[in-house]
Amino acid sequence: MYRYTDFDHAFLAERNAQFRAQVARRLDGSLTEEEFRPLRLMNGLYLQLHAYMLRVAIPYGTLSSAQMRQLALIAERWDKGYGHFTTRQNIQYNWPKLEDVPDILDALAEVGLHAIQTSGNTVRNVTADHFAGAAADEIADPRPYAELLRQWSTDHPEFQFLPRKFKIAVTGSPNDRAVTRAHDIGLRMIRDAAGAPSFEVIVGGGLGRTPMIGKVVRDFLPAADLLPYVEAILAVYNTLGRRDNKYKARIKITVHEEGIDRIRELVEAEFATFRTRYDGSDQTLLAEIEQSFAPPAFIAKPVGDVDAARRDPVFSAWADTNTVAHRRDDHAIVTVSLKAHGATPGDATAAQMRLLADLAEDYAYGELRISHEQNVILPHVARADLPTLHARLLKAGLGTANVGLASDIIACPGMDYCALATARSIPVAQELALRLDALKLEHEVGELKIKISGCINACGHHHVGHIGILGLDRAGVENYQITLGGDATETAAIGERAGPGFAYDEIVPAIERLIRAYLDLREAPEETFLMAYRRLGAGPFKVALYGDEGKRDAA
Amino acid sequence: MSRAFTPKVLTGNDLRSGEAVYLAPGGAWTPHHGEAELLTDEAEAQLRLLEASAREDRVVGVYLADAQLGRHGPEPVHFREAFRTRGPSNYRHGKQESALS
Repeated sequence: MYRYTDFDHAFLAERNAQFRAQVARRLDGSLTEEEFRPLRLMNGLYLQLHAYMLRVAIPYGTLSSAQMRQLALIAERWDKGYGHFTTRQNIQYNWPKLEDVPDILDALAEVGLHAIQTSGNTVRNVTADHFAGAAADEIADPRPYAELLRQWSTDHPEFQFLPRKFKIAVTGSPNDRAVTRAHDIGLRMIRDAAGAPSFEVIVGGGLGRTPMIGKVVRDFLPAADLLPYVEAILAVYNTLGRRDNKYKARIKITVHEEGIDRIRELVEAEFATFRTRYDGSDQTLLAEIEQSFAPPAFIAKPVGDVDAARRDPVFSAWADTNTVAHRRDDHAIVTVSLKAHGATPGDATAAQMRLLADLAEDYAYGELRISHEQNVILPHVARADLPTLHARLLKAGLGTANVGLASDIIACPGMDYCALATARSIPVAQELALRLDALKLEHEVGELKIKISGCINACGHHHVGHIGILGLDRAGVENYQITLGGDATETAAIGERAGPGFAYDEIVPAIERLIRAYLDLREAPEETFLMAYRRLGAGPFKVALYGDEGKRDAA
Repeated sequence: MSRAFTPKVLTGNDLRSGEAVYLAPGGAWTPHHGEAELLTDEAEAQLRLLEASAREDRVVGVYLADAQLGRHGPEPVHFREAFRTRGPSNYRHGKQESALS
């Protein structure tokens, strides 16, 4: 894992001291709210419906046990004993007091964490595949590149006032778990002729009010050219991006309006210049960073016990849904579900965070990951340890066997917290998960991604859910639109709107009808909801939602 | 014919805690919607908003929200404002934490 250098520590200490003074000046009246607002946003502090919210970056979703314990301590000392993990691998504290925030930032700095550039029109937290460095299907660990991008983009003087926010995601695997096609820049690792890591560069993806699947701007970029090429994209965007209209300011609109060929031309021209300015120090830095991402000293353990444990159906169901193949045969990647039926998706109490930190230390070489799907991952667990780990998770209420299933719902904070929201998301997710649990259907249903956003900004990724739910305000009443057929992976697709929205108390029954229709329609259990949708189109699902009216609509 | 003015309350968030607060008659800020001053005159409501926006020393992000007179003083009209008088629906946090029930 990356450890902060003296430079990193000094930089953060100075920034935090500056913010402490800014808060003091705001509280004594020397700074007006207008002056203070951009300063607090630069440090990740938002004002929400009921309180301030501090958004802390978890770069590429990687945490050490020590960092997780510090997140728990902050939740307990300065918040209400919990934190909310987000779809951008951040953690949000929902109840900090303004005067406490400088202390919180200092506490974060103690363990090499910060809230810089978690807001504003800057390069935001660089996200990555949450299985990075562990996945069996991976070309190489993408996190050194993500860390290089983090260091380069943090406080980059040219990119502090971009036309709009800018999100970069990177994956080292052909199976895209980082939603790279829905980011401003998506970096998908490929191999060059000699087998060395290179990148396919995708640009102009994004969700929100105008969802777009990103386009390939460069199908092959040598890894050594990453920074000059990303810099070229940002420079082109910084010049061409629409500053006249907030809703047209993201790079996806620039790419859409200019066309990908024109953007490519401009980027390549800038790149040709920028590349000559790089003297190789970025590669020296990358080599240093790479050393800190060396895999842990894996301990080989015979896996015999696991097969016996499989006779326990509870363990077996959990192992089926919550573990995936590791790069080593004797290890597995464990996803700990933060989606217990009826719980708030992505929330973890301080006690749960501490337990996860302990478990990571006992079974996963002290490393944890946060996924954009709002779960916690123990990336390297010896398969022999799975039964013991599972027993300890169960005891703490963290043993829910639903990863990838219908109740593993992504939900943004929605109108329970967010000042931008137009409807609630969390209670819809809670009630839907409880209903699915009561039906005992979700294991039969299999893979099904349901994603809920409480407004058009789409933090809940509803556009790329197999079933997406968008909460809106229709004439002063909460109303929920359904989209179908979205896909967040390497075969990314934007879901199609099914038809008129549903009232708050109608949305859970509507989703149940969709799920039952799928069970009736599928050719075999191997045909997932998304596969069935792609085979059949929206027609039969609209009928399930709207009855005969849906049939007419589908005709 | 001009449209009838929907009564308003002036609301914002407390600078220190971020809690939702409302302008009460006499100019003090209260955390209770029912204690807010119901502004029935448009010009007066705009004036209150201008005054509060000009000096956000204690309360920030001020705006006028639709309200109506209820049994216990002004009540919110829109569900967003109703949520602000209680807190989130997933935990008993915010104003509902300390409310008598």
